Amino acid sequence: MNSIERIAKRAALELRTGTLVNLGIGIPTMVANFIPNDVTVTLNSENGIVGMGPKASKGFEDVDLTDAGGSAVTALVGAAVFDSSMSFGLIRGGHLDVTILGGLQVDSFGHLANWMIPGKRIPGMGGAMDLLTGAKRVIVTMRHSNEGKSKIVEKCYLPLTSVRRVDLIITELAVIEPTDRGLVLLEYAPGVSVETIQQATEATLIVSSNLREMPEFHEGHKEKMR
Amino acid sequence: MKAAELVDLISDGSSIMVGGFLGVGDPERVIDAILAKGCKNLTLITNDTARPDIGVGKLISAHAVKKLYASHMGTNPETQRQMLSGEMEVELVPQGTLIERIRAFGFGLGGVLTKTGIGTLVEEKKRVIEINGENWLLDLPLGADFSLIKARHADRLGNLTYHLTADNFNAVMAMAGKIVIAEADEIVPIGAIRPDDVRTPGVIVDFLVESRT
Repeated sequence: MNSIERIAKRAALELRTGTLVNLGIGIPTMVANFIPNDVTVTLNSENGIVGMGPKASKGFEDVDLTDAGGSAVTALVGAAVFDSSMSFGLIRGGHLDVTILGGLQVDSFGHLANWMIPGKRIPGMGGAMDLLTGAKRVIVTMRHSNEGKSKIVEKCYLPLTSVRRVDLIITELAVIEPTDRGLVLLEYAPGVSVETIQQATEATLIVSSNLREMPEFHEGHKEKMR
Repeated sequence: MKAAELVDLISDGSSIMVGGFLGVGDPERVIDAILAKGCKNLTLITNDTARPDIGVGKLISAHAVKKLYASHMGTNPETQRQMLSGEMEVELVPQGTLIERIRAFGFGLGGVLTKTGIGTLVEEKKRVIEINGENWLLDLPLGADFSLIKARHADRLGNLTYHLTADNFNAVMAMAGKIVIAEADEIVPIGAIRPDDVRTPGVIVDFLVESRT
């Protein structure tokens, strides 16, 4: 299993039946492929849909129906579409249960940076700042490091997306929860030692008294998305 | 009306707001007509500048834009290049704030108070207002000389409907331009759109173009 797949599969286990979920671009989009059979969530995309279905199969794309990454998707029976004002009302207004986002850096305060690398790459924040402001729960999925440099740092040196503390960080090595005390290591990937994780992490980790191995995922089933 | 005649109204230095999200719901014909006319120094308000060869991204590729307000440009490397080289001024606005600034203008409100952006670069040069012990950022209304809208159906009075996720910024932008130009997939007879289905009332739409003609 490659590292990105491991992250997406672990993140899918965080989803609960009956919740409204927004998935960001990249690894978060993959999470939809691994939602367990016994879990039914409603997917939101910030370009204006609740009840988004799987990717459209070839020949069945509608040019006017995409996710927030511009990929052709489907709308499930019972879906609703609306303009961006309503869409961000849902997000900022506290109606969204969970957002899963990618990250460039997360620090020991649980602050996320994910919208620009000054002077180099400036994709912009899109809806990320609103998602962090309004979502009840924020999960960051990202590789543990980039070109050998830890993405989990003492203090972000890239511009912050929000000063809201994220709720969970999932990497291919570990599951980490930002708390008042700092970053708590909750889970390690199979075969990865705590020492290895700490060595790969710039920020100091607090090892949870309930430390466990990352649980196995269930088989996903796309049709269950709702 | 023909798109080419419409864009006679738009000139160098005009401000335009253009609906669409990554090229979905962009008024392509109107954009092409602006390109054909060769307008320069435009101020452009749009969500994301799509891709260099798609929708509103074509205006960036043609170096027609002097100042851009957008929330995202990750899919258009040319936008980022022009920003980094200083050729184009860019104000990045969080997506939810961008749409509400536009809505505030169109709905006659003096501003938007939001928590989005507090403690980040977005807060710079903005007023923070404390209300009942909580801090809010004040974001100001954003309007334009022209709103360029993409609709699914228009009737001859200008009543508009939108289609699936091609709605996005369109319905709100239709309220915030001094002159509103709507491009519809189809122009239908008056009465063909049920009152319940009208999302933008025709009274605010000034000109119509059909995509297919």
